[in-house]
Amino acid sequence: MFKKKECVAMLLAGGQGSRLYVLTHKTAKPAVNFGGKYRIIDFPLSNCANSGIDTVGVLTQYQPLALNEYIGTGLPWDLDRNYGGVKILPPYQGKKGADWYKGTANAIYQNLQFIERYDPDYVLVLSGDHIYRMDYAAMLAAHKASGAACTIAVIDVPIEEASRFGILTTDETGKIIRFTEKPKKPESTKASMGIYIFSRHELAKYLIADAEDPKSANDFGKNIIPAMLAAGEKMMAYTFKGYWKDVGTIDSLWEANMDLLGEKPVLNLDDKSWRILSRHENAPPQIIGENGVVENSSITEGCAIYGTVRNSVLGENVQIMEGATVVDSVIMGDCIIHKDAVVEYSIIDRDVEIGEGARVGKAKDMAKGIAVLGEGMRVAANAVVADGAILPE
Amino acid sequence: MRAAGLIFSNIHDASIPELTSRRTMASIPFGGRYRLIDFALSNMVNSGITKVGVITHYNYQSLLDHIGNGKDWDLARRNGGIKILPPFITAYDNAVASKVYSTRLEALMGVMNFINHCEEEVLVLSDCDVICNVDLSAAIDAHEKRDADITLISAKVNTAAQDLDRKAQVLSYDAEGKLTDLAVYEDQQGDVEICSDIMIVRRSYLQRMLNEAMARGYTSFYKDIVYRNLGKDRFFVVHYDGFFARVNSIESYFRCSMRLLDRDSRVNLFYRRNQPIYTKVRNSAPTRYLPTAKVKNSLIADGCVIEGTVENSVLFRGVRVGKGTVIRNSVLMQDTYTGENVKLGCVITDKDVVIKDNRELCGHESLPFYIGKGMTV
Repeated sequence: MFKKKECVAMLLAGGQGSRLYVLTHKTAKPAVNFGGKYRIIDFPLSNCANSGIDTVGVLTQYQPLALNEYIGTGLPWDLDRNYGGVKILPPYQGKKGADWYKGTANAIYQNLQFIERYDPDYVLVLSGDHIYRMDYAAMLAAHKASGAACTIAVIDVPIEEASRFGILTTDETGKIIRFTEKPKKPESTKASMGIYIFSRHELAKYLIADAEDPKSANDFGKNIIPAMLAAGEKMMAYTFKGYWKDVGTIDSLWEANMDLLGEKPVLNLDDKSWRILSRHENAPPQIIGENGVVENSSITEGCAIYGTVRNSVLGENVQIMEGATVVDSVIMGDCIIHKDAVVEYSIIDRDVEIGEGARVGKAKDMAKGIAVLGEGMRVAANAVVADGAILPE
Repeated sequence: MRAAGLIFSNIHDASIPELTSRRTMASIPFGGRYRLIDFALSNMVNSGITKVGVITHYNYQSLLDHIGNGKDWDLARRNGGIKILPPFITAYDNAVASKVYSTRLEALMGVMNFINHCEEEVLVLSDCDVICNVDLSAAIDAHEKRDADITLISAKVNTAAQDLDRKAQVLSYDAEGKLTDLAVYEDQQGDVEICSDIMIVRRSYLQRMLNEAMARGYTSFYKDIVYRNLGKDRFFVVHYDGFFARVNSIESYFRCSMRLLDRDSRVNLFYRRNQPIYTKVRNSAPTRYLPTAKVKNSLIADGCVIEGTVENSVLFRGVRVGKGTVIRNSVLMQDTYTGENVKLGCVITDKDVVIKDNRELCGHESLPFYIGKGMTV
């Protein structure tokens, strides 16, 4: 017995995120840590929970272990529902054989059965790559009011960056006229956020047609959206205003973390009207020691600061020992920075240990780039990790 | 499961009237993000106990709110799990007040049903006024090996660091761990070995004793059961030597809180291998330290925003420390808000206290200044 749901969300979480290098060697991109106690996927999941969407299929493929473990029953997001809730959807073997998810559209196509069980009127397609807070219910209301087959969320980007995105051209009513993936000469600044609401039957129709086309890349941006436009379907843009950041690269991940700092942070997670929920470890409160110094930083449970931390974001259970200094860095969790070690302009993944007197990275204004240490790295005492180095290779 | 737990949530409420006027002893906030019951519950859960009864009496809304369905302690279970045991009063009892128990023994008689329906052979009883991290499974092993009727967990306290009152039971035992004497504390000084009020009892023995107590009108567990049968029944002691604190006044609450700033004490209480302390998750954002923040030697929970100076203090979740504000030797509970240029020394603020700009408040270590829940200064 399945109860009807008005809208089911499908969250694409299978991407490798190769531009995050070592950070995604052992985990899928949506499970990468962000902002101390969060993972990237907490943002779309919390947005769903806060928007009243309680049925979410999470499509996984690449390195799903950490992600599966993290999502679990969905309890932290109140998505452990008797009907619906969060469901992990890996590729599976069917009667006619087994297939990996060949593209974003193919992943949803292979799970049309899952969608149909809830008999929804609308399907919300999300990706697990962005940091943002958005009310999907408002977007759904706009979609319903317009009677469109598809509504795409867009955000205004600076014209010089527009060629990195899928760009939409609309008429004055918001109706989409053209869609171009990564145009060399963008004709608008409305960038697709990769968030789509489809009326369910239209979605199924185009997915099935797409699956039958052997030449298709089975991708929403490359195939489905252009096909729907070409067929003259009514497609609307929904303009989103607010913080939205792609964290697909080392630099953008670092920047998004830094957006949490400062007197008036650009991204304030301490907003009780739209909480970002996450799975917690049960760590004791943080301790700042007798000689600890903490300035302009975000620090979370289980941390012990006996050294100096400036302009940095620390995850759970990070220990900064006496004389150690951490500046302009992101440290993801369960790390130990031993005595007198220096970490500057770096991203340190989980479970890393940095030996006494070691140096990681260089001061930000002198560095070639951000130094990155992958999960489980051990840096020997007095060792030096160069600025911009990404280890292990 | 070989053991089930029973927690007394209201016992000794009267010792801290300030903090228990609207809550149970069990739900007194402690250590930045915990409630006192978290220690008793975590000790039980870490020893493999999956069924816990919590005996309540009055004022238990905050306790119910904290415990919820028990999920945060992994006690949301089909079989067993956490059970709240409110006073048993039938519709036909006119003299309600006389039916509400007041001692440990009467409380136990009130939950005879729970005790009778347990299948576990062993019961672990605990109060909520002790803060410790005990390996109860080792104690249960010892209890079973000795074929004991009651095993008391004892701890050594120094009267210079911890005030004792006449609610404490001083005990002594021989080389085999056999209980040799038990008496109410009477102003001994120095190191005193006291009962932690955490004990392991054989269920059938407890049932027999409770029936006897009802028949004879006994009221005191220690006096009428333990002391009366000393030397006759199988009573043993297991000594615990980790972090131990007993909260019996607002001053001792303050002192216990400050002990958490000592590195060894803190590690001993919170970082025992495989024995974490669990509590309710609140989903606060990480704490933000602004460029003007100066913090040292302090225990700070998540969800705080710190612009001023904090020294030797414990900050609970969601505390705001305004610009130019200086907080020393203080305990600020959940969602305390301080404006700009506030000065606090030896102050305890309860939840949701607002302290406006430029206020200066100061108590003393021996008499901390307490500000009640929701007050505005």
